[in-house]
Amino acid sequence: MSVDKATVAKIASLARLRMSDEELDRMVPEFNNILAWVEQLGEVDVTGIEPMTAVIPNSLRLRDDVVDADPLTGGGKRDAVLANAPAAEHGFFGVPKVIE
Amino acid sequence: MSEYRIQGATGEWEVVIGLEVHAQVTSYSKLFSGAATAFGAEPNSQVSLVDAAMPGMLPVPNRECIRQAVRTGMAINAQINKWSRFDRKNYFYADLPQGYQISQLYHPLVGEGSLEVILDDKDPEGSTKTIGIERIHVEQDAGKLMHDQHPTMSYVDLNRSGVALMEIVSRPDMRSPAEAGAYLAKLRSILRYVGSCDGNMDQGSMRADVNVSVRKPGEPFGTRTETKNVNSVRFVMAVVESEARRQVDLIESGGTVVQETRLYDPDKNTTRSMRSKEDAHDYRYFPDPDLLPLELDDAFLEECRASLPELPDAKRHRYETALGLSAYAAGVLTADVETARWFEALVAAAAAKAGKPEADLAKQASNWLISELFGALNKLGKSLGESPVSPEDGAELLALIADGTISGSIAKQVLEKMLETGDGAATIVEREGLKQESDTGAIEAAVDGVLAANGDKVEQYKGGKEALFGFFVGQTMKAMQGKANPQVVNELLKKKLG
Repeated sequence: MSVDKATVAKIASLARLRMSDEELDRMVPEFNNILAWVEQLGEVDVTGIEPMTAVIPNSLRLRDDVVDADPLTGGGKRDAVLANAPAAEHGFFGVPKVIE
Repeated sequence: MSEYRIQGATGEWEVVIGLEVHAQVTSYSKLFSGAATAFGAEPNSQVSLVDAAMPGMLPVPNRECIRQAVRTGMAINAQINKWSRFDRKNYFYADLPQGYQISQLYHPLVGEGSLEVILDDKDPEGSTKTIGIERIHVEQDAGKLMHDQHPTMSYVDLNRSGVALMEIVSRPDMRSPAEAGAYLAKLRSILRYVGSCDGNMDQGSMRADVNVSVRKPGEPFGTRTETKNVNSVRFVMAVVESEARRQVDLIESGGTVVQETRLYDPDKNTTRSMRSKEDAHDYRYFPDPDLLPLELDDAFLEECRASLPELPDAKRHRYETALGLSAYAAGVLTADVETARWFEALVAAAAAKAGKPEADLAKQASNWLISELFGALNKLGKSLGESPVSPEDGAELLALIADGTISGSIAKQVLEKMLETGDGAATIVEREGLKQESDTGAIEAAVDGVLAANGDKVEQYKGGKEALFGFFVGQTMKAMQGKANPQVVNELLKKKLG
């Protein structure tokens, strides 16, 4: 698998990254090097082997349905949540107007 | 049930509909954080650092949300996947702080299921259709944007961000606005029975994406459009109607339907294209590395199954077979879980008062609830949930009718007074002197008076005009101000007219 310049430009745009023409030219071989490197994994015969979904033999932990049980992951901290916002008014985040 | 067809210039067209319903899971806290979910809180007051996507925060799933989605799956007889997984759906928007939504694309929690809709209330058995459900997956809701509060800014409230949703995806099995409406109403009914979603469509707890395409009958599916976030049964039906019409007109005038996302405008009753999201369809899904696969054991599934209540179809069937109600009445009483609960409390209280089995009182209770109480509440603009009259109050009234203390027509007056004053039926009957007269002497005097005053009609009756019997009953009741026991009146009249 390899990518061309148009694909790299699209990926950049989906990731909201602005890249100059020169940067795109430089990224194409870098992408392809990485892809080729990862593709070496295709040489391994995995017939009959179940796909591994996690590197540790652990299953997903679930928590109880309790509000603000852990202060670190609970709500009620509007000031902390808004502290780094470039704009915050009346308790809302303010962002450049986006209209459908 | 005749088939729904759209009349076009080139002949008849068939509409094909599939619905993706987003239902907010009933839970105290969010899907992956401990922040509260209550509706209507101050902006950003129910946002944790997880929901705001602060660096280093990790999601931990809420067991209750998983449990409710599994119970919902069981209620539509769906395959439950004991192994499922969360994926990231990547896109940028101001209401999505993470830059991705945690969802389930490749391995959803719930697989194939179905539900049955009734297309004609008058003929519940003869007009059913099974609508397939492809899957239910669990995902995060996004925040809320407000565009009208500031001239150059949109305001963002993340209280809803991270609240658990079930996305319930139907098969493209519906063929008319009525079927789409019936499907959504039935799904809402089941969710409310299960208790996995409150079904409050005006608060956004349930919203539907409506997929519509048209074709000539028998031909392959046409290109579909998806109308987003439709929030009532009526609007879903309107979207199907207007969008199918638009597509037929477009094709017949030489155009082509484009696969796109559209928005419904209830004021104009039309849909319009949402061009801004055109580029956004490349979501680059991949398994969320923050979350291990979700594995459920048999004990978990067993609890989910054991905790399911009797569901609307089973209840409707039981009301017909065990309680002897008509198919229509059973349908009306089971459509919403609140109505069914109210009715069952009423029957139980009435049976306890009368010391009789429930089946003996169900019909009377059902008739009274549907034709008397519903009508009276309707006039007051109130729902059953807001009724000032409780099931116990209703049972007291029914008992007074059953033991002959008051007649059916007096009962109407008593109900009105109950709704007005909040007093019990017996109190009102006592206070207003509405007790039915069963004293044969008094009734006999009234009957004699009526017969004496209508000698001509008595002759006609004796001459064979038996329909006049009703007239004598009516006149006697009138003379007694409606308080005579109708049975006694009948007996006396029969005896005297011999």
